[in-house]
Amino acid sequence: MNNTTEQQHQIAERVARGLKRRYRAERRFRLYGILSIAFGLLAVLVLFTDIISKGAGAFRQTYVQLTLQYDADVLGISDINDERQLALADYQGVINQALYERFPQYSSRKDKRELKKVISNGEGYEIRDRLVANPSLLNQSETLWLVTDDDVDTYYKSIGDDDGAFTGRVSETIQSVVGELIDSGDIDLRLNVNFFTRGDSREPEQAGIWGAAVGSFFTLLITLALSFPIGVAAAIYLEEFAPRNRWTDIIEVNINNLAAVPSIIFGLLGLAIFINFFGIPRSVPIVGGLVLTLMTLPTIIISSRAAIKAVPPSIREAAIGIGASPMQVVMHHVLPLAMPGMLTGAIIGMAQALGETAPLLMIGMVAFIVDIPSGPASPATVLPVQIFLWADSPERAFVEKTSAAIMVLLTFLIIMNASAVWLRKRLERRW
Amino acid sequence: MKVFKNTVLATAAVAALVSGSQALAAGRDYISIVGSSTVYPFSTVVAERFGKATGNPTPKVESTGTGGGMKMFCGGVGTSFADITNASRRMKSSEFEDCQENGVKDIIEVLIGYDGIVVANSLEAEHFNLSRKDIFLALAKQVPNPDGSETLVPNPYTTWDEVNPELPAQKIEVLGPPPTSGTRDAFAELAMEGGCKAIGFIKAMKDSDEDKFKAVCHSIREDGHYIEAGENDNLIIQKLEANPNALGVFGFSFLDQNSDKVQGSHIEGVEPTFEAIGNKSYTVSRPLYFYAKKAHIGVVPGIQAFIAEFTSEKAWGEDGYLAEKGMIPLGDELREQLGSAVRNGETMTGEGL
Repeated sequence: MNNTTEQQHQIAERVARGLKRRYRAERRFRLYGILSIAFGLLAVLVLFTDIISKGAGAFRQTYVQLTLQYDADVLGISDINDERQLALADYQGVINQALYERFPQYSSRKDKRELKKVISNGEGYEIRDRLVANPSLLNQSETLWLVTDDDVDTYYKSIGDDDGAFTGRVSETIQSVVGELIDSGDIDLRLNVNFFTRGDSREPEQAGIWGAAVGSFFTLLITLALSFPIGVAAAIYLEEFAPRNRWTDIIEVNINNLAAVPSIIFGLLGLAIFINFFGIPRSVPIVGGLVLTLMTLPTIIISSRAAIKAVPPSIREAAIGIGASPMQVVMHHVLPLAMPGMLTGAIIGMAQALGETAPLLMIGMVAFIVDIPSGPASPATVLPVQIFLWADSPERAFVEKTSAAIMVLLTFLIIMNASAVWLRKRLERRW
Repeated sequence: MKVFKNTVLATAAVAALVSGSQALAAGRDYISIVGSSTVYPFSTVVAERFGKATGNPTPKVESTGTGGGMKMFCGGVGTSFADITNASRRMKSSEFEDCQENGVKDIIEVLIGYDGIVVANSLEAEHFNLSRKDIFLALAKQVPNPDGSETLVPNPYTTWDEVNPELPAQKIEVLGPPPTSGTRDAFAELAMEGGCKAIGFIKAMKDSDEDKFKAVCHSIREDGHYIEAGENDNLIIQKLEANPNALGVFGFSFLDQNSDKVQGSHIEGVEPTFEAIGNKSYTVSRPLYFYAKKAHIGVVPGIQAFIAEFTSEKAWGEDGYLAEKGMIPLGDELREQLGSAVRNGETMTGEGL
């Protein structure tokens, strides 16, 4: 008797001794978890601050106010209705003339050459469009805010930096011109409209993200139109109709394998099949969409199968019980109930496809495209490719453009992922 | 049922799109340009200007590398092949033969300008004054035995002052492009081979065993002193800023755009400037070309106008917009001579490649 109490006592003591250690281990374990989360959050925070601090400047662009004289002699237009004359007119000359008149003290040939560099050389086309839209402007004058050249923009934005303004690409003439413009209030940072409305350009101040956004849209449209129906059909057949045997096992393993294949391989496949065999032109969203379809199909099939599996068998049995055919069971009951899960999978697959560059490299979508794509069959590029191309450009002003484009891409990704979460919360049914 | 119908509709729509695009491939209305990533920045500027000024669709420019571009260009005649390819070296005779075999007979060759390759380091670091021989000795895989005998040994040098006592006593650490890059090819050919030739017995090798000569002169060491930093030159500049002990190898236009961060080393006593590269006193510079298919003129609209734009004085001239982008223009006479040859539609004969 005494012996057993002794033993119990010993055990209790051992447990008490161990208890402290176990509590400590427990606390450590939780701490590891918190540390991991903190690390993840920190990484996101660093990424976002870096991108936002670098890219915020790109949404604002340096503009200069000038009074333009649509002088028929300078333009070389004698007949405003002659399209040929309108096409060949010297619009940049009008801007240069305005600059010479604004700064008469810079009259030497060298200084004039410098003055020409203040305004972006794309603004001439802007003037052309204004004159074509409103021919009565000829021989009239107009005061406009014009986009400056990227070098002036970089210089103006760097004035007041801790380590001094960046003067590497601007001459002293330009620096004093900018100084004068600041004094008279004729230079200002304004919303960079070009960035949101234009396609790519080699002049940073003229470059925009819209062309790539439209390209991404068409590419994803094709991807969705192909991969969603095919993926859902495959999932329904595999879950609801296919017999369980060695063949379906092999198919299942292969679908899972396909989900893990590096995306560049789909690009090579696309090049060999769609371009070289079927002869679809390079660089168009159709090819991009087809390649990305191959890439997103496994994701959609897997998530759709999971969604179908989650529909309780009792619903199927009840439907069969009141005389529904297998197809009616699927179409009337299983599919509507599984749809939210399938859509979530599709959105996540699309978000993945939106961020993909590697397979597009092989099929020629990594290209310089200025014109906004007009449809899935015109050459296009996509958002991540645009980021890649800008990151590789020598012009200094593209650094902030790159970060700004990343912000745009991240915004789209966040919207897509958030809508997937919202859909799931909103529509998912629990049994 | 509805979903099923939608599926059928979507599939049909896509099928229609695909068959439509095949018809589209037959008649392409925009120029397709491929080729060198070095010429890409210049080719794209011309493409953009051409599109805006003429109202033609803006040409599509892909950066595929010189070799890759040649392959696509020489693939054949027809709108599924590129119209123009850019190159940061001259077409090789093997590529010319490949073109001929595939029916690309008449090729218009245009030399457009030069590009300099610079060896630069952070402004905070000591300025380097290199010779091509220093570059070769510091970066080659095999160098002449330092004891003076005419044998090759694996590169023993670890600091710059071991290579040349006048250089700083600093670890050899050079960031440069990987072997897939055209910049690397040109660097090997111009800087390394240039330095290689300064060594008597290796130069003699060129006549006796050219393959071995090439292997010795073009092989860059792989023991960590030359670091492959990827194709992105902006990244190299960022790394140079962070590490003042390193040197970087990249194109002149990147030096030009980042003169507040990095300085170009003098090579053979010459500073890499616009003028020095143009008059060839700066030795590490290479020619830039583009090649156009004569057979596509008239099939794809605008090729002739595009070539005219590229070879106009306002583009490739002394004060042209390509110079503003960092391309080093040709001399006045050469421009005039090449310009008139292009206007007359002269094609390559394949001699002297």
